[in-house]
Amino acid sequence: MTSSPGEPRPVDEDDSAPGDGGVAKGITSYLTGLGLAVLLTACSFGLAGTNFIYGPGLPVALVVLAIAQIGIHLVFFLHITTAPDNTNNVMALAFGVFIVFLVVGGSVWIMSHLNHNMMPMEHSMPM
Amino acid sequence: MLGKLTWDAVPWDQPIPLVAAGVVGLILLGVIGWIVVKGYLPYLWREWITSVDHKRIGVMYTLLGLVMLLRGFVDAIMMRSQQALAYQAAGYLPPEHYNQVFSAHGVIMIFFGAMPVIIGLMNFVVPLQLGIRDVAFPTLNSVSFWLTASGALLVNISLVVGEFARTGWLPYPPLSEVSYSPGVGPDYYVWALQISGIGTLMSGINLVTTILKMRAPGMGYFRMPMFCWTALTSNLLIVAAFPILTATLAMLTLDRYLGFHFFTNEAGGNMMMFENLIWAWGHPEVYILLLPALGIFSEIISCFSGKPLFGYRSMVLATLWICLNGFMTWLHHFFTMGAGPGVNTAFGISTALISVATGVKVFNYIFTMYGGTIRYTTPMLWAVGFIVAFVIGGMTGVLLAVPPADWQLHNSLFLVAHFHNVIIGSTVFGAFAGLTFWFPKAFGFKLDETWGKRAFWFTFGGLWATFLPLYMAGLLGMTRRMQQYDVPEWRPWVLAAGVGTIVIFIGVACQVIQLVVSIRNRHALRDETGDPWDGRSLEWSTTSPPPAFNFAIMPNVKDEEPYWTIKQKAIESQNLADEPDYKPVHMPRNSPTGFICAFFSTITGFALIWLIWWMVIAGLVAAFATFVVFAWWDKREYEIPAEEVRRLDRERRAARQVWLRDKAASLEEPA
Repeated sequence: MTSSPGEPRPVDEDDSAPGDGGVAKGITSYLTGLGLAVLLTACSFGLAGTNFIYGPGLPVALVVLAIAQIGIHLVFFLHITTAPDNTNNVMALAFGVFIVFLVVGGSVWIMSHLNHNMMPMEHSMPM
Repeated sequence: MLGKLTWDAVPWDQPIPLVAAGVVGLILLGVIGWIVVKGYLPYLWREWITSVDHKRIGVMYTLLGLVMLLRGFVDAIMMRSQQALAYQAAGYLPPEHYNQVFSAHGVIMIFFGAMPVIIGLMNFVVPLQLGIRDVAFPTLNSVSFWLTASGALLVNISLVVGEFARTGWLPYPPLSEVSYSPGVGPDYYVWALQISGIGTLMSGINLVTTILKMRAPGMGYFRMPMFCWTALTSNLLIVAAFPILTATLAMLTLDRYLGFHFFTNEAGGNMMMFENLIWAWGHPEVYILLLPALGIFSEIISCFSGKPLFGYRSMVLATLWICLNGFMTWLHHFFTMGAGPGVNTAFGISTALISVATGVKVFNYIFTMYGGTIRYTTPMLWAVGFIVAFVIGGMTGVLLAVPPADWQLHNSLFLVAHFHNVIIGSTVFGAFAGLTFWFPKAFGFKLDETWGKRAFWFTFGGLWATFLPLYMAGLLGMTRRMQQYDVPEWRPWVLAAGVGTIVIFIGVACQVIQLVVSIRNRHALRDETGDPWDGRSLEWSTTSPPPAFNFAIMPNVKDEEPYWTIKQKAIESQNLADEPDYKPVHMPRNSPTGFICAFFSTITGFALIWLIWWMVIAGLVAAFATFVVFAWWDKREYEIPAEEVRRLDRERRAARQVWLRDKAASLEEPA
């Protein structure tokens, strides 16, 4: 959310989620999400359990399906949209993704360096 | 029936903890007895224990923090005196007890001293500065506080029932695994921190939501006071970092309770992963404590220099930069772990980069003071003392951020001196500055200036007298956490640090005396107008103490210093703004949910430590039942009628009118 200085800006009083328009509409949105999520999950298990696609391509397919799953959850369950009243949520998501990237990426990098200053095994004393 | 708990859990053979606990227990019983006999208990229950008012919760948080700071300081005195005595001798603390003392000191100071005071100040001040009536989730706020208190209680129970961790303030495995710590010490640590950690996380979510969603009309982000900005970033860090701590401690718990191998020596465990994860939380934690203190100093320096804050926007940017960069430096806590030059250099540079942002802040403080009419009140003294301490402590920090230097200084007393220099100089000074600054807002009277200044000078002097010698001892190779030592060169520095601790003790005593003297003289120190310091932000526009609803009408914010503008207008026109049209105010009803939840959490935590499984289940069920009852409770608000709001606001306006007349008279006099 941006604000220009010198110009009073009313603080948003509600960030209505998609589906706040009515109970029926809300339930439809959740059911759509559930359907898509189930479909993607079924696809993942289906692909992994059959020879439907080229074997070595399987991990890539699973990653793509997983990312799609994240997207479905964000849109239908966590109500992340591009609407202007949703900036807080998008910023929070960006911050969260950034921190997860830093901590997970950093940890992997750090842990892979664990033995960097150790003597290589072939030079160590024979046991 | 009682799991591992037997009579032998009480350390009958150790007089020090028993006597200490006995004295504390007697004082506690005395206080409770006095409350009951005087008939204050219903009042306490109604107005404080079940209160969901952010101001009351803030005060209780701060009080808890101050009591725990005293407890942690007692540990510090024990360590310094032990080291003063233990030159080629055993001293008076046996190693297993000394190890518990330094572990408890760190845990209590960070988790149950500094954190509650800082969170308490944020709780109290942020809604007032934002011009709103309460935080986003008032009952959740009460639950947060009581869970923190529950954790603090568990740590203190460990003094007499069982033992505390002997692992240092972060329970590094494999030392903290069952094979090397078979006792309940690390279990006390883990469960106390898990319970209070839930409280801290919820408090963080609460304040982030409050700041993002509930500002007064017209208060855009770039009109928020600096303290609200630092509170926002600090709470963002809490929300991002505390889950890491929870997950890491949960893995350690699985190792200890169910024989997992996350961090063990054998079966593919990797204890370095624990260090990595705990510092991925631990370093942001440093900034969780530091940032609000920086915000407090921004408010104080601007107020007592009589100028708006210099470089407000650069200050915001520096704050945000610290928030992000604080998450990129955690490896500097274990440069010596074995990583290659690539990793070490990257984290060394990211660490040094933080000092750019903190440097921006320090220069902004100095430029705010430059050309101002500075009033050296107690809060301002703490602020100036902070600048000195922070620059010196920061420079030793930059030195430690250089990996080759760190290889020499790692785990030495130089490191200990560095982080005490910075944490005391920034967070603790900030806490004391904030306490003196906002005390009149909370209680309606100022603290005694003479004793406050004495407290500052003794604490400031004591800081250097204690930690400059420890820097030297560290350079001479003395490592931290030594129960005894044989090197004659270290001895003078250790003795000097002991003397420094006595000076700090005098400073602490001055603060206690300050409180007593101020309460006795409260009528003379009364703050009639609600603006005792000639303040600039919205909290000074309401009365001291503020009414339950904070503001009779929601302020309409038109610039960065809304209250200052209103005040100048009133002085110019010799008139207050027209009386507004008062409306009834809806406020959240008090709720015992927090207290009851925390009560059962304490029982659950205690039972988990001693493996009393029936009690674990009973505690969890009861805590969940409390939550369900609250969720079904639908009378959550009460109405304060418009007449009551009008009556209270008329009193405020009358006091302001008197102040305005006096002000006009004093302005005419010199002419």
